[in-house]
Amino acid sequence: MADELQPPLPTPIDRTQPFWDGLREGRVRIQYSPSSDQWVFYPRSHAPLTLADDLEWRDISGEGTIYTYTIARRPTAPDFAGQEPQIIAVVELDEGPRLTSTLVNVDEDQIAVGMRVRPVFDHLADADTTLLRYAPVD
Amino acid sequence: MGLRGEAAIVGIAEWTPERRPSRPPIFTLEQWAQLAREALDDAGIDPSEVDGICATNIRESDSFVPSTITEYLGLHVNFAEVVDLGGASCAAMVWRAAAAIELGLCNVVVIAAPSWPSPRPPNPPSGPSSWRYGASSANYGSPQAEFDIPYGNVAQNCGYAQIAMKYGAEYGYDPEALAKIAVDQRVSANHNPSAVFHNVPITVEDVLNSPMISDPIHMLEIVMPCFGGAAIVVAGKDVARRSTHRPAWISGFGERVLHKTPTYADDLLSTALIPAAEQAFAMSGRTRDEVDLISVYDCYTITVLMTIEDAGFCPRGEGQAFVREHDLSFRGDFPCNTHGGQLGFGQAGLAGGMSHITEGARQLMRRADTHQVPDADVAFITGNGGLMSEQVALILEGD
Repeated sequence: MADELQPPLPTPIDRTQPFWDGLREGRVRIQYSPSSDQWVFYPRSHAPLTLADDLEWRDISGEGTIYTYTIARRPTAPDFAGQEPQIIAVVELDEGPRLTSTLVNVDEDQIAVGMRVRPVFDHLADADTTLLRYAPVD
Repeated sequence: MGLRGEAAIVGIAEWTPERRPSRPPIFTLEQWAQLAREALDDAGIDPSEVDGICATNIRESDSFVPSTITEYLGLHVNFAEVVDLGGASCAAMVWRAAAAIELGLCNVVVIAAPSWPSPRPPNPPSGPSSWRYGASSANYGSPQAEFDIPYGNVAQNCGYAQIAMKYGAEYGYDPEALAKIAVDQRVSANHNPSAVFHNVPITVEDVLNSPMISDPIHMLEIVMPCFGGAAIVVAGKDVARRSTHRPAWISGFGERVLHKTPTYADDLLSTALIPAAEQAFAMSGRTRDEVDLISVYDCYTITVLMTIEDAGFCPRGEGQAFVREHDLSFRGDFPCNTHGGQLGFGQAGLAGGMSHITEGARQLMRRADTHQVPDADVAFITGNGGLMSEQVALILEGD
């Protein structure tokens, strides 16, 4: 029963493994499609819209801006009980794609749409997983 | 392009939403049979005339849903659809039925949204419910399971809060205007004996003083989940002409489906409703000024605000001033969700999305009794699935 109340971890698939491997090494790696000059997140088999199958992995800084966010005062699912307030953010990477994350090391009053943020690699102690969280750029 | 307006909603069945079910659980198939029977009785149409069905998921079968239903009901149909567009499913089923009728495929289509509890099996399977994360899928290989759920970005409250926060950053945020949407709809609910909040008035202060659930959304800006069920009958013009009530003709529709999770929207403030509503009005030939009432999907107050804007009733970014300047109750100058909306009437699962359709049709049939809009002839309806990203718009008209 106690196990059920842990936040769920991602289960990488072959296609997405390079992203998670990168995080474990402290690097942010996402896909790029040369034919359509398009950065892509989340990782997938074909580039959105063009369906080009030339996606390749490239390292990026991982920095970006807050596109939007919310502060959940009630757990968003039973697994997250005790973690409220959850500061859930949509980060727009400088390359264009957006991703879901949570903000750390931030005062609630400080958070704003458009705020610059940098990646924080959250190496989970009990799991072979690193989550990509974000903090304000100093 | 589009419909000629020769199919109509002619019958309605709607079980009173209940927060705590007063009757025992009923299997979905039994609900389907009962709701179909009530809606056909309401229209004055014999069940033997049914030659089409539109359904959503049923508990008793993960696949082969239409044939499972037709077998149980003893129907032989030419048109059988399952629609999986969340809160937009019911509105999406209405235009599919109308299109099938106008194509000559069928003549009488039953659309049902059974949302009453089903009996639990004697030995329920172990493991977490598939609805543990709301509409976000935790299945292996699901993008949400891998990139959203681990961060707690789980439908629906926090997704709509993200949309509201983005709206505020772009246009400014007026919490009192948002709260007024819930209050005006509650006035209509107070006059609707079927609403879960029939006799519970609220004020703007009540809304703003209710607990903050996910910034900037307060508890009283969120739908009340409950149990119920609804069905309608859509029929071609010959059947409609001999049915019991004034038909609610389906003269225009639009549908647009984009993303699943707000994170991956091209533009969170350019909703799927903009093209859907534009198509519906263009198809029907009606203008916004001709609309007597709107009956639009309201899972949250921000949904209503953005719907008013994106359907073209006021310019984008000016919805908050519009709400302040108009009375949205059934007796007001811009009647919106005259049954109380899901915020005041209750959201009985997918039947919640049907309530906007049943109310629109009921108003045009002039059967809304305690909350009737005088001389209602044209209704604008929406269904909204997921996170503002699956949108259906409908225009209904009386003769």
